[in-house]
Amino acid sequence: MADTLQLDLVSPAKLLMSESVGMVVVPGIEGYFGVLPDHMPLLSTLRPGVVSVHDGVTDAPSKQFFVDGGFAEVNPDGCTLLVDEAIAVEDLTADNIAERQSAAEERMQSAENDIERAAAERALLVAEEMTRAMTEAAA
Amino acid sequence: MASLKDLRIRITSVQSTKKITSAMKMVAASKLRRAQEAAEQARPYAQRMEGMLGNLAAGAVGQDGAPALLSGTGKDDSHLVVVMTANRGLCGGFNTNIIRSARQMIRDLQAQGKSFKIFTVGSKCRDNMKREYADYMVGHFDEFGRTGSSFAEAEHIGQAVTAMFDAGDFDVCTLIYANFVSAMTQNVTRQQVIPFPVPEVDEGDDAATGGGYEYEPSDTEILTDLLPRNLAIQIFRALLENGASEQGARMSAMDSATRNAGDMIDSLKMTYNRTRQAQITTELIEIISGAEAI
Repeated sequence: MADTLQLDLVSPAKLLMSESVGMVVVPGIEGYFGVLPDHMPLLSTLRPGVVSVHDGVTDAPSKQFFVDGGFAEVNPDGCTLLVDEAIAVEDLTADNIAERQSAAEERMQSAENDIERAAAERALLVAEEMTRAMTEAAA
Repeated sequence: MASLKDLRIRITSVQSTKKITSAMKMVAASKLRRAQEAAEQARPYAQRMEGMLGNLAAGAVGQDGAPALLSGTGKDDSHLVVVMTANRGLCGGFNTNIIRSARQMIRDLQAQGKSFKIFTVGSKCRDNMKREYADYMVGHFDEFGRTGSSFAEAEHIGQAVTAMFDAGDFDVCTLIYANFVSAMTQNVTRQQVIPFPVPEVDEGDDAATGGGYEYEPSDTEILTDLLPRNLAIQIFRALLENGASEQGARMSAMDSATRNAGDMIDSLKMTYNRTRQAQITTELIEIISGAEAI
């Protein structure tokens, strides 16, 4: 059994990460799940949350990214995460989040139909999850 | 023969043209670097998205209740052609090539008796197409920034296209744009995006037909999420490829314009000097023969 898996983390703007890792924990739509080498094939949508990359040597995650949603594909070759936006957790700042929060609230106020409202709701959820990710990282 | 003064004016004007074209070349070169980077960085996502969707679609196609974006409407009577060009000219054959390919496709469709609609991206193709096909144009978008395209713009176009599809306005959607190869080469590409072209797979190959996958929440739900997204991604990629191609085409066009201006200045200077020399000789002869006459 291989002891590493290939992880590709890509957003529309760029390829954020493509390397061999020991384990990755992914925020699936129905809850966080861990992917180890030789995981069974799986396709899942993602909810806003934190992707933790473990190098398989130390217990603590070696890298953490905040993602705001997307898709995960797991197959015997590795794990591909297609995300809309990914930010390294250590780069999250309170100012940035507050800005997003107020922008989302503004959109909520000005939303004229259900589609716009849903988009604004999602943006709010992203901001909330960001705050949680930041406080957890700080703790 | 042109007088010395005329020649001087000509030379100055060609010189300033040369300055402008060489400045434009420099600007295009630096924009090209950025646009190329953006296009190359977007490629992995688009490719992986296609791969993922291919796996998923191979399993779902033909099933009842598969989303229409995947299986199509079952007809191919009416087409939507999304033509993408630049907002600005002065970039060699870039816009012309794309528009020519679009016209060719439209003529083919007409010959086959199919109906078509045109969605234009970039003001150059709107201006060009509206002379002939004004009645068929259903939408237009040209508000992309000067620094390049953002994903939000692609999503905007994607939503407009999806809305038309949901309303039953067309059966097949094709993007026409220039794929960036290098600064010298851009390939005009036609890419079908609706219905999603499912890759051919071997029957019985379990992993390839998507049979081996587990889905969270369910395959149809993922598909309905993934398909509009894929559309936006493919449009985004086309926009970026187009952006890089435009700058590449402009750079090589301006490069040859600068070179041509240089050649022209050389030949004009030659004529100018010859004329000047001839004039001096004539004056000298006049003076000498005047002195001899006395």
